[in-house]
Amino acid sequence: MKHLLSTVGLERAQALEILDVAEDMADVATRAVPKLPTLRGKTVANLFFEDSTRTRLSFEAAAKRLSADVITFSAKGSSVSKGESLKDTAQTIAAMGVDAVVMRHSASGAARVLAESGWIDAAVVNAGDGTHQHPTQGLLDAYTMRKTLHGDASRGRDLAGLRVTIVGDILHSRVARSNVWLLATLGASVHLVGPRTLLPVGVESWPVTYGTDLDEAIADRPDVLMMLRVQQERMHAAFFPHEREYATGWGLDDDRFRRLGTDTIVMHPGPMNRGLEISAAAADSPQAVILDQVSNGVSIRMAVLYLVLSGSSSQEAAE
Amino acid sequence: MPARVVLQQADITRALTRISHEILESNRGGSDLVVLGIPTRGVTLAERIAANLERFEPGSGVVGTLDVTMYRDDLDRHPTRTPSPTRLPAGGIDGKTVVLVDDVLYSGRTIRAALDAIGDLGRPRAVRLAVLVDRGHRELPIRADFVGKNLPTAVAERIFVRLDETDGEDAVSIEEAP
Repeated sequence: MKHLLSTVGLERAQALEILDVAEDMADVATRAVPKLPTLRGKTVANLFFEDSTRTRLSFEAAAKRLSADVITFSAKGSSVSKGESLKDTAQTIAAMGVDAVVMRHSASGAARVLAESGWIDAAVVNAGDGTHQHPTQGLLDAYTMRKTLHGDASRGRDLAGLRVTIVGDILHSRVARSNVWLLATLGASVHLVGPRTLLPVGVESWPVTYGTDLDEAIADRPDVLMMLRVQQERMHAAFFPHEREYATGWGLDDDRFRRLGTDTIVMHPGPMNRGLEISAAAADSPQAVILDQVSNGVSIRMAVLYLVLSGSSSQEAAE
Repeated sequence: MPARVVLQQADITRALTRISHEILESNRGGSDLVVLGIPTRGVTLAERIAANLERFEPGSGVVGTLDVTMYRDDLDRHPTRTPSPTRLPAGGIDGKTVVLVDDVLYSGRTIRAALDAIGDLGRPRAVRLAVLVDRGHRELPIRADFVGKNLPTAVAERIFVRLDETDGEDAVSIEEAP
């Protein structure tokens, strides 16, 4: 694997390989020395053109557990605010000698441009591009679901038969897009719920079912209920009249949470707007796996960094 | 290329039985032993040795697996390797005598990686090495404590270890390079 840009087109075998390697990486965290020498001498650059705390820290922790060196760039207070282009920033960082670039950018497709333009030789891992994709989030969500479903016997298995409902701002959500295609590849069935204004145009062509009624979706008792964050920073138009109206229609409040039953796991990619898309009682309940998602994120990112940074490039070119 | 069979099923069984006795002998009994197999075929051999130990001295057949992929020094020279799980017995390896088991001892680099991996997992009292075949050509100062068979080989030759559990038959063969 040279780059990880999207979960669209990620083959089942590749996805399972990442999830299986992540299982081994998760074991490392429980050991006396939770560190591997695997990427010693490699340098990973975190290029964050958009605010992020957990993803940046998660990638940083993953790289450090594999003994890679990490250099971090965030756009705030940098040369980007002086008007430097993506090409110049990337080439400047590459000139410092990096083996992989982890990039978050507000423009959809930015990671693919960086990977395919020939500006740099380094491996590119997409850590979120606009409203397009956030593949490691999709992978860590799939990992969390698989772990809940199969426990210690997860290796090599997919998510066949799992019913996943994703609720909220599908339109702006790269998390939803990453999940939809990956989950479809892994055999799960996905149902999307949100206000009509926040369901994307063209959703008919996605490998999903969709609706606007959360109560109906909850009565269906899905195996997984994933609440998405309301992304205030991307709401440049009036998608719903008022926050309270959104919470009433599409928030997981205490009443809906009670009706959900205890067999459904509740997921959220974070950061949460408590009281808006998810109630405190639901977020702090035993069936919420939100903190598991965070720790699984480190394992997934270790697996991805290992897979893009190991292996000889000449061999891969021959394959 | 013609493959020449150098060890047949009975030879392999005899070698593993002898190695098991030698392990018990050098350890002065079966206490505090942990047998760790290196994937893929070392795991199968470790399980067979542990079963022998259990037969000779009940309670001594403690077995686990040790994946060394993440500790290799040649990750850049080969296509990406997929790691296997590492499974340690419940008692861990601290203070134990660990017997590493692999199928073929060659450059010694896998064992170097295994020693590094063990160092991150705990502090055994001693680490020993058991291999089914020692083919020579060491690149590091590493030797085996228990050897099934010494097979002098040319670098160009290849050794194939086939085991019933993974390959449907027990046999060790040498194939000359084309």
